Amino acid sequence: MGRRKTEFYVGLFVIIGILCSLYLFVNLGSVNFGKDKYYTVYGFFSSVTGLKKGARIEMAGVKIGVVSNVSIDKKQLLAKVKFSIYKDITLCEDIIASVKTSGVIGQKYIDIMPGGSDIILASGEEIYNTESSLDIESIVRKFIFSMDKK
Amino acid sequence: MVSKIIEKFGAKNIELVEALGRIVIFFLTGIKNIFVLPFQFNKIIDHTWFIGSKSIFVIALTGFFTGMVLGLQSYHALLRFGSEAALGSAVAITLITELGPVFTAIMITARAGSAMAAEIGVMRISEQIDALKTMHINPVRFLFTPRIIAAFISFPLLTAIFNILGLLGGFVSGSLMLGINKYVYMDTVFSSVNVNDILGGFYKAFVFAVIVTTICCYQGFYTHLFKGFGARGVSLSTTNAVVFSCIAIFISDYIITFFLV
Amino acid sequence: MTTPFIQFSNIAKSFGTNYVLKDINLSIYKGEITVIIGKSGSGKSVLLKHIIGLMEQDSGQIFIKGKPLSQLTSNMKKEFQKTLSYMFQDNALFDFMNIYDNIALPLMENSSFPENQIKEMVLTRMEQLGLTGTQNKFPAQLSGGMKKRVALARALVIDPQIVLFDEPTSGLDPVRKKNVHLMIQEYQEQFGFTAVIVTHAIPEIFKITQRIAMLDNGIIKFEGSKEDLLNSHSKTVNNFIRGEKF
Repeated sequence: MGRRKTEFYVGLFVIIGILCSLYLFVNLGSVNFGKDKYYTVYGFFSSVTGLKKGARIEMAGVKIGVVSNVSIDKKQLLAKVKFSIYKDITLCEDIIASVKTSGVIGQKYIDIMPGGSDIILASGEEIYNTESSLDIESIVRKFIFSMDKK
Repeated sequence: MVSKIIEKFGAKNIELVEALGRIVIFFLTGIKNIFVLPFQFNKIIDHTWFIGSKSIFVIALTGFFTGMVLGLQSYHALLRFGSEAALGSAVAITLITELGPVFTAIMITARAGSAMAAEIGVMRISEQIDALKTMHINPVRFLFTPRIIAAFISFPLLTAIFNILGLLGGFVSGSLMLGINKYVYMDTVFSSVNVNDILGGFYKAFVFAVIVTTICCYQGFYTHLFKGFGARGVSLSTTNAVVFSCIAIFISDYIITFFLV
Repeated sequence: MTTPFIQFSNIAKSFGTNYVLKDINLSIYKGEITVIIGKSGSGKSVLLKHIIGLMEQDSGQIFIKGKPLSQLTSNMKKEFQKTLSYMFQDNALFDFMNIYDNIALPLMENSSFPENQIKEMVLTRMEQLGLTGTQNKFPAQLSGGMKKRVALARALVIDPQIVLFDEPTSGLDPVRKKNVHLMIQEYQEQFGFTAVIVTHAIPEIFKITQRIAMLDNGIIKFEGSKEDLLNSHSKTVNNFIRGEKF
């Protein structure tokens, strides 16, 4: 095996490997090299049970972004969700963000109902109107307690 | 009688501690020599060719079929809950966080790890390692250091190739053969995996690279210390290299996952 | 009397319960060819490996130019060992490298010569030893005698001061055997290195040697010139030379 040939195959291998890694990181891991294609807004929810980082954000059933972080706001004791919205989508300040479920045990996602205001949300601002996730357990509990009272 | 058993137990323990000490010193010597000039560029290329380039086909093939079977199995499992739409994320998460790094490491152990142990083992029994010493060439630096660098390059890249082919395999069996909408499949793949999953997979690949090369080279290097001489000794150390590597891969996989999740 | 270049003093070495070297006292003088003879398995190779540092004695001292080896600083030890070359009994050629790389390896790894100079040195050695044209072959493609010569070329390429030969002629036909001996003698005269040869090639080896030592049962039974050896009255020595049972 000639030296040149070995070097060629090693080079080929490394290039293929790096391309595969890049594909994984960029497309699957949503890592952006260079230009950021998202802007960020925040929303506070009383409960986001089941909502995970990376969940879809939809408007009228079309993906317009992803949830990039879910944390707890220590002052208000509410769930603070970081929304990453595509740059070419503009949201007005009176939109309603609600946590929804696809399928019975399916994944949670955020649905955004468009508003009619003229004021547009800028990066870093927060959404005022939110609806928390429908927690089947608490509904069942409410139902049982209401049965007890009767 | 009792004292003999205790004696044997003690001897085994001493042997174990000695072996552990040897392997740690072996590993540290190898790592230290990465930073000793001159850089062994040509040898690293040769070993990357052997560990990496020559493994592409095997890795691609196993990756593709692992993805296929994953698609098939997950489809039937998910069907029971009526959420076969989640097939893409099931395949992607399983592949990228677990099967990709582990299967790749095991395939490389089988292909290149056994060869390392056998090659270095033969060098040991035919006095080639002693010959290196008489020429004042550090045999650990000469034999182990380029291999561990090559493994460090090859393992993650092969894991990435395995993952991509696996996702393709899942796509073929889940979407083309079982009829899940291809956009749904791709979309669930893209949305379910996040950067930490991918990074976690790569961390594993790096750790496995270190474990597999260290164990395999160590087994070959100390062939003369094991029971059995000559060809028997080499066959023993090759078997040990593969078995111990695989065990270490699974144990360390659990430990890393424990800390990553 | 001059100080010996290398002197063994009361060297003992055992493997487990097997005492290979019991009490070795032996002197090797600069510029001479010293031959160590003895039965197979009497520890001749083990003795050689002590000089190059592949093995360490259990007790006793090795003196280099009068100084004990164990008291040399590690740098001095390294310097001394860099002037040594060892030719292995089974050649120990690197079977994954071609002949050129095999011979060039000690220079490549340890010297600061530029690459084209190394090439010249290697090719000269190969020519001197009749190995021209085998550069790109691998050790497995060569005959036993060729491999021996490659091993010799590898040992001599660094211009060593001391060369240790572990059975350089085993497995060679009488003609080749004589050639190797003549080659050793010729190079020894040419470069003036000190040679220690472990061999079974009796009596051919007597033609080129100045000093002979006989190892038996873990001790040096005889040490002296070849005339002394042939006139020796020791029964062990006489029987061994004539190949009789003792």
